Amino acid sequence: MSAATAPPPEIQDGAPPTTTVSVAVREWFSRVKDGELGALPIVIGIVVIAIYFQLRNDNFLTAGNFVNLIAQMAAITVIGMGMVFVLLLGEIDLSVGYVSGMGGVIAAVMLRPDGSEFPTWLAIAGGIGVGVGIGLLQGFFVARLGVPSFVVTLAGLLGWNGVVLLVIGDKGTIVIQDKVINGLANDYVSHALAWIVFVASIGAYILQQILTVWRRGQSGLPNQPWILIGARIAAVAAAGIFIIEWADSDRGIPYVGLLMLALFVIWTFVAMRTRFGRHVYAVGGNAEAARRAGISVPGIRLAVFTISGAMGALGGIILASRLSSVDTSTGGGSILLYSIAAAVIGGTSLFGGRGTIRSAVLGAIVIAMIDNGLGLVNVSAGTKYIVTGLVLLGAVTLDSLSRKRSAATGRA
Amino acid sequence: MLLELRGVHKRFGAVTALNGVDFHVDSGQVMALVGDNGAGKSTLIKCVAGIHTIDDGDVLWNGEAVSISGPKDAGALGIEVVYQDLALCDNLDVVQNMYLGRELLSTFRRLDEAKMEKRAREVLKELSVTTITSVRQQVAGLSGGQRQSVAVAKAVLWNSKLVILDEPTAALGVAQTRQVLDLVRRLAENGLAVVLVSHNMSDVFEVADQITVLRLGQNVAEFDKDKTTQREVVEAITAGQLSRVPGMHEESIA
Repeated sequence: MSAATAPPPEIQDGAPPTTTVSVAVREWFSRVKDGELGALPIVIGIVVIAIYFQLRNDNFLTAGNFVNLIAQMAAITVIGMGMVFVLLLGEIDLSVGYVSGMGGVIAAVMLRPDGSEFPTWLAIAGGIGVGVGIGLLQGFFVARLGVPSFVVTLAGLLGWNGVVLLVIGDKGTIVIQDKVINGLANDYVSHALAWIVFVASIGAYILQQILTVWRRGQSGLPNQPWILIGARIAAVAAAGIFIIEWADSDRGIPYVGLLMLALFVIWTFVAMRTRFGRHVYAVGGNAEAARRAGISVPGIRLAVFTISGAMGALGGIILASRLSSVDTSTGGGSILLYSIAAAVIGGTSLFGGRGTIRSAVLGAIVIAMIDNGLGLVNVSAGTKYIVTGLVLLGAVTLDSLSRKRSAATGRA
Repeated sequence: MLLELRGVHKRFGAVTALNGVDFHVDSGQVMALVGDNGAGKSTLIKCVAGIHTIDDGDVLWNGEAVSISGPKDAGALGIEVVYQDLALCDNLDVVQNMYLGRELLSTFRRLDEAKMEKRAREVLKELSVTTITSVRQQVAGLSGGQRQSVAVAKAVLWNSKLVILDEPTAALGVAQTRQVLDLVRRLAENGLAVVLVSHNMSDVFEVADQITVLRLGQNVAEFDKDKTTQREVVEAITAGQLSRVPGMHEESIA
């Protein structure tokens, strides 16, 4: 080393087993200051929106409306989770609206009580299977043939809309009479079951945190201070208890609430803890680097569009469940744009490589709250769209500005 | 001799990129590969890395004939290439980049983050890379020299025996070039064979033990660093037409 280079700080050899709380807090503040906002803006946004609507109409923050919100956000959340994967690649899937329509319509057709109806599980599998098939087909065009995803899925948007119209035909509406499907969004988890799920989930979460600390300790790596880990567990537990008690003071948590929780855990695990998830981030960050690292870039693209198709179809079944029917407008309207907006408002970048499954949930909460709240204060559909558009623009602007800031401070 | 090429030919249609090239590098040695644009340096390292297959000639690894017909073959032998454009993912952290495509798994096919982080820290320490303070920071926030260090550490992570560096200092400032050259030297000291492709004669003379000169797909000279001068090497690169090279006049050469 020449004398000109300043001695750089070393990687600590005997790194302390835990960092201190003050260090962790300071690091968090400096990250926020440098433009890595994380979930902070959206949590603030949710609080502001809640206060605003509560002031305008004091029915907004009631248990009954809270239960409605869970059911209203479910489809957007589920479709948005698939969208997060697509956006992580830096691609887009414009077809998810009508893919959700296909999922709902196929399931409804298979359940039509004309003497030859299929069992419920088969109808659900059929609906999701169609979504998987569509995802594979569109993914093939994107991944193997190199057609831009914007065009492939735009064609899908038109094409699957057409198929929905043809399948429904001149019947206009298909009413769903299946109890399981309808119960998904319209029946409520019993108090006991809600608590069992809660205890099991928190137990698993605590176990996972302890195992992580233990494993890092075994490898001699520094850990977060116990008090921060404890605070995080306490926060999650408090949120869970609050949700259960609040919802149960009215009808309870709809079954789709459990479904959302399960999907959230599964997809977060896939994104953060598996090789596949890591490769999705890598392809979105630098496809050439991923290719040179031996990752099958077309394979990852194909898999992601398949996930998007499957989640789109599942979202469609949830939508059909809420309305207990499908009709010629199924899958249309604001579904597509709300799903993309949910992921983006939640903090997933449109340019690939950055985002979390959590963002779909947080974004869907914001969108459902605006949709629901504006309904309560009696504004027209026009105003609803304008406000949602402004929130989307605001969220993306905030994201761009914070990224500019993090690029300037070298965090990018 | 760890790697030896004899009479290697590579043709792309009517163009002969390599025309009977001999090349060798041994463990603990830094072999510089120099030559003008189009001399065949890139083609040669791509042949060694398995990106191109050779049309004719012999490849000897530890004295035994081998055929390298794909990047996997090269990787299996212990050959790693650090490309000029680094091939790192900005949105991933240092550990994630070092293990990209070869992630370690624990039970239930989960990523074994603790093991990967531990090993990454060890490798950076072995290479005395002291400029990277946190292995969990995103690569986007690193300087050019730090990124180059990550790319090199990624290459040596897999008990590789031969590391090929393609223009590692091309885009770096003075202090960072220093870091990378020190790193190159340390690789050789740790017993690896290193091939350094470079246009920069002062870099080459600083770290290389031997210098192979390519011109128009043929090797025209091989020098021991201690027994030659920059002028001699540059003459070999340009076929003695020094007057065509800016700055390369008699009086400007030490």
